Amino acid sequence: MNDLLIILTASFVAISCSLLGCFLVLRKMTMVADAISHAVLPGIVIAFLLSGSRDSMVMLAGAAAFGILTTFLIELFHLKGGLQSDASIGVTFTWLFALGVILISVFAGQVDLDQDCVLYGEIAYVPIDLWITKSGTIMGPRALWISAIVMVIIIAFILLAYKELYLTTFDPAFAAAIGISTTLWHYLLMSMVSLVSVASFESVGAILVVALIVTPPATAYLLTRELKKMLILSVIIGVITSVGGFYLAYALDGSIAGAMATVGGILFGLAFLFSPTDGYISRFRRKTNKAAMINALQE
Amino acid sequence: MKKKILQADNPVTEVHDLTVTYDRKPVLWDIDLTLPKGSVIGVMGPNGAGKSTLIKAMMGLLPLASGYVKMFDEKLDDVREQVSYVPQRGTVDWDFPALVKDVVLMGRYSKIGLFKRPRQSDKEIAMDCLRKVNMEAFAERQISQLSGGQQQRVFLARALAQHADLYFMDEPFVGVDMATEKAIVDLLQEMSAKGKTVVVVHHDLQTARQYFDWIVLLNTRLVASGPTKEVLTDELLAETYGGKLTLLNEVSQEIKNKEFPNREE
Repeated sequence: MNDLLIILTASFVAISCSLLGCFLVLRKMTMVADAISHAVLPGIVIAFLLSGSRDSMVMLAGAAAFGILTTFLIELFHLKGGLQSDASIGVTFTWLFALGVILISVFAGQVDLDQDCVLYGEIAYVPIDLWITKSGTIMGPRALWISAIVMVIIIAFILLAYKELYLTTFDPAFAAAIGISTTLWHYLLMSMVSLVSVASFESVGAILVVALIVTPPATAYLLTRELKKMLILSVIIGVITSVGGFYLAYALDGSIAGAMATVGGILFGLAFLFSPTDGYISRFRRKTNKAAMINALQE
Repeated sequence: MKKKILQADNPVTEVHDLTVTYDRKPVLWDIDLTLPKGSVIGVMGPNGAGKSTLIKAMMGLLPLASGYVKMFDEKLDDVREQVSYVPQRGTVDWDFPALVKDVVLMGRYSKIGLFKRPRQSDKEIAMDCLRKVNMEAFAERQISQLSGGQQQRVFLARALAQHADLYFMDEPFVGVDMATEKAIVDLLQEMSAKGKTVVVVHHDLQTARQYFDWIVLLNTRLVASGPTKEVLTDELLAETYGGKLTLLNEVSQEIKNKEFPNREE
């Protein structure tokens, strides 16, 4: 039963991450997601200090606010300061993350957050941390609820705004020309990334969440050249990653987050080598076939 | 400085005192012009003259340092649906996971509205527009498999799908094969015959006389705007291109004579 709860939580997180990740990969913005996943930390700590509880809604709001702040600062340093976009990402998120780390260590006595847990996640504890309502009803693991709610929000967002996300990702100039605000959709997408980051904190942690955001979509990208199929495939790969990771960790008696990222990496490696369209081997074969044909023609 | 700026009798768009700066350096300086309805208009000038900047500024894609633009006698935001845009082909990633028909369907997005899905009629219009550019056989293809000319046709089909009245096209003839160039020109003339207006950024002076009814000569400042015959004079061209013109002409002639025609690009 506990295993199932952990696997479900991990899968919900993986589905949210993979869906958003597809758009981030295509926008060449995966490192912004990495930045946001780190930079929401101070938001969570401040929300916690202000509200004095681990009430999920307050934490989600705090994280979302800092996610948007991160996005804004990255744009500001890049556009107004003339700084390269990667440098601007690097400056912003390390600074905000450091702020979060300091806050946690200064208020360690009052904050029921643990640096290791934030960095590496500890999904094994999911079944222990229960959501108990005021009347005393036990609703089940808190993290499971958060990840399920976030997943529903993300799926609804992508279903509703599919065509706007598609167009602003593919051709921002045309989108702007027909009156679809690229800035608005950029910020909406980044707010969703912030939400997912909070949901992922407890499962894979700040460092490895980017593995779930980037790796399944990158793997799917090698397998198909149609956005709808890429979204579906990356969800499937995300679920395989989390289930496979859980059992790998179980077998090795190691870190679940680490095992999940490892399985993701292995799946990517397989796609890189064996993808029928873009795989290394099929490309190599096509090349040698062509060479053989040219040889045959010359003889 | 020689100038010849004629006003259109039935203007579809007006630009007043338009100045655009980049890093405080002016890219366009005090442009004031009107463009006639139902014509094919060429925007010409040397590299860096601000041709693309002018149409982007007119479409509201760039902040204006001063001035304003009117289309159909209204503010752009009120008539956006009637205005379409074909960006430069190189501005998008052609490895993007999309099918040809999906890209053309994007032309319908402003008509479909927020959060709604494309209707059957939108899909039919998209297919219709693909047919107009002779690309219906490619509807189910990945866009990564297209040649330069085919990419340009897809972009054109997307703009057509919008059923607009005024079209801005940024360098549609760059890197396309002769057949595509001819097909696009025919289509533009057909559109203008139906009362649509097309504004095209173009660089080849040789073909300009044949393609356009009205020409805008630009070099940061507006040098000329008027019917092709009255504007394409040696004097005005020299004013626009400066000493570079004769050299440019010789070079492009040289290239035309020597180079083996490339079938694909």
